[in-house]
Amino acid sequence: MTTQPGLAVRASGLVKQYGDHRAVDGIDLEVHHGEVFGVLGPNGAGKTTMLRMLATLLRIDEGRAEIFGHDVRAEPHAVRRLLGVTGQYASVDENLTATENLWLFARLQGLGRTEARTRGAELLEQFDLTEAAKKPISAFSGGMRRRLDLAASLLTRPPLIFLDEPTTGLDPRTRGQMWDTIRDLVRTGCTVLLTTQYLDEADQLADRIAVIDRGRKVAEGTADELKSSVGQSALQLQLADPSDLPVVADEARRLVGEEAVLTPEARRANVPLTRTDQAVDVLVALRDRGVVIESVTVQKPSLDEVFLALTGHDTHDGTPASGADDHDLQMEDAR
Amino acid sequence: MSTTTATDPADLGIDRVGLADTVTQTMTLAWRATMKMRRSMEVMFDVTIQPLIFTGMFAYIFGGAISGDVQSYLPLIIPGLIGQTVLTACVATGVQLRTDMDTGVFDRFKVLPISRIAPLAGPMVADLLRYFIASVLTFAVGIAIGYRPGGGVPGVAAAVLLAMLAGWSLAWIFTLFGILGRNAQGVQAISLLVMFPLTFLSNAFVPTDTMPEPLQTFAELNPVSLVITALRDLANDGAVTAGVGWALLGCTVIIAIFAPLSVRAFNRRM
Repeated sequence: MTTQPGLAVRASGLVKQYGDHRAVDGIDLEVHHGEVFGVLGPNGAGKTTMLRMLATLLRIDEGRAEIFGHDVRAEPHAVRRLLGVTGQYASVDENLTATENLWLFARLQGLGRTEARTRGAELLEQFDLTEAAKKPISAFSGGMRRRLDLAASLLTRPPLIFLDEPTTGLDPRTRGQMWDTIRDLVRTGCTVLLTTQYLDEADQLADRIAVIDRGRKVAEGTADELKSSVGQSALQLQLADPSDLPVVADEARRLVGEEAVLTPEARRANVPLTRTDQAVDVLVALRDRGVVIESVTVQKPSLDEVFLALTGHDTHDGTPASGADDHDLQMEDAR
Repeated sequence: MSTTTATDPADLGIDRVGLADTVTQTMTLAWRATMKMRRSMEVMFDVTIQPLIFTGMFAYIFGGAISGDVQSYLPLIIPGLIGQTVLTACVATGVQLRTDMDTGVFDRFKVLPISRIAPLAGPMVADLLRYFIASVLTFAVGIAIGYRPGGGVPGVAAAVLLAMLAGWSLAWIFTLFGILGRNAQGVQAISLLVMFPLTFLSNAFVPTDTMPEPLQTFAELNPVSLVITALRDLANDGAVTAGVGWALLGCTVIIAIFAPLSVRAFNRRM
């Protein structure tokens, strides 16, 4: 791998406006050569919209973006030649077999007939799809489709890969396989920009992470930096009486030195812990003060906690996660 | 994965696709469209079953009434039916394009460094095959029920070629609907609305001289009529007449109007 100077992605002040709504509201981004950069955020945060703008698929309303020094707006064709994009929804031809799909995309990108055939076979082998090569895509599982989709993005060995929620909707085993595939990809010298709503995915794969919420970047750093900003783990309490919540906040400050996050409507308190055994101290103190606790869990920081800490609001804003699911999509339909 | 990335970011020249690449990409996408046709044969019904049924039906229903007997109606109706069938096939071009644009694979076409026109032009090239099948089948059924084209093999071959060219030209109208339409049903509806007047306000089935004045004028300027007249001249007389020239001019006008509109609308969507 040769390291080239400069940045793979440089974006400043990116804005995407849909009517009154700013889906992307002034995001700056710098992705270095050879790194895996994770964009973490809940559904509807603007991750996909941002990625589509960088990939020349959506117009950039304000700000500017460069891919390896090529301006996305001025030189879309050059940018497309440097990019492999794998979206949330497999973009392969349902009417063709896996082999035919790869042949089609290889030929479209200027590979010769022989080269297209060998490169296709090579990728099918690499992605463990050789056995299914002659089957119609409609017979493929979700994981197989994602792998084929990724293979189709790699035909010309682009130096930069965009992965939009590469494992959303996959079962845990397939997710693990996908992670291995992405790690292999990075070893070949690819720069990867991936979006995800899973903290553990960003944790597993990304060198650096930007947390996006409501179209804005709210934090950036390594996984460890982000996690330490919310404590190593958290004590979650459900109380019988919401009026006891201030007591919890009080004890959290005294014993752990942290601000508890209180949700009175749910009678819930969330106490960040620097050491997991501090949970015992807090619980003992609360019993001594006569606080009735209905349920107790000790959790590692989740995306929710990172969010609570960084933005002061819930990732779903009261609506169930699945309900917010279509936000990005709706935004795109609106164009 | 032992191979390193091949594309050198510094090594990128001009920001557009050359003509040779555009042609390769168009032909590759035409290949894709023919594969699709092969996989789902029902898209071929309009150019196979329809000529088989319509040719016999129209000949026997209208033959006696319009020309006295079926035999003398055939030279009028066979080229007319070719015009009609090709026009029907064009409607499918637009509907198919809309359906295709709504699938995930179009997302990938958008992000590939390919000519913006190739995804539009590819299926249109593949559809030449459909127009070919439609016109050859109609001639075949006609000949089977007693049609003897006076133009002989060269005349019929020329007529088939003209039918393909006309199909390709008229398809631009429906391609524009396909791009602008919200969904396949909408495209189908508006296309049929346009197709029926173009078909019936023409000389396809009846001579235009019994029509009232305004309709007659429309029917005579209708590019479908121009094409059908030329098809008759070629197939029945083997003559390259002024009618052929008018048909080519009509096709050119259609392309000149609808091709740029389609391409512009398509680029905006891409």
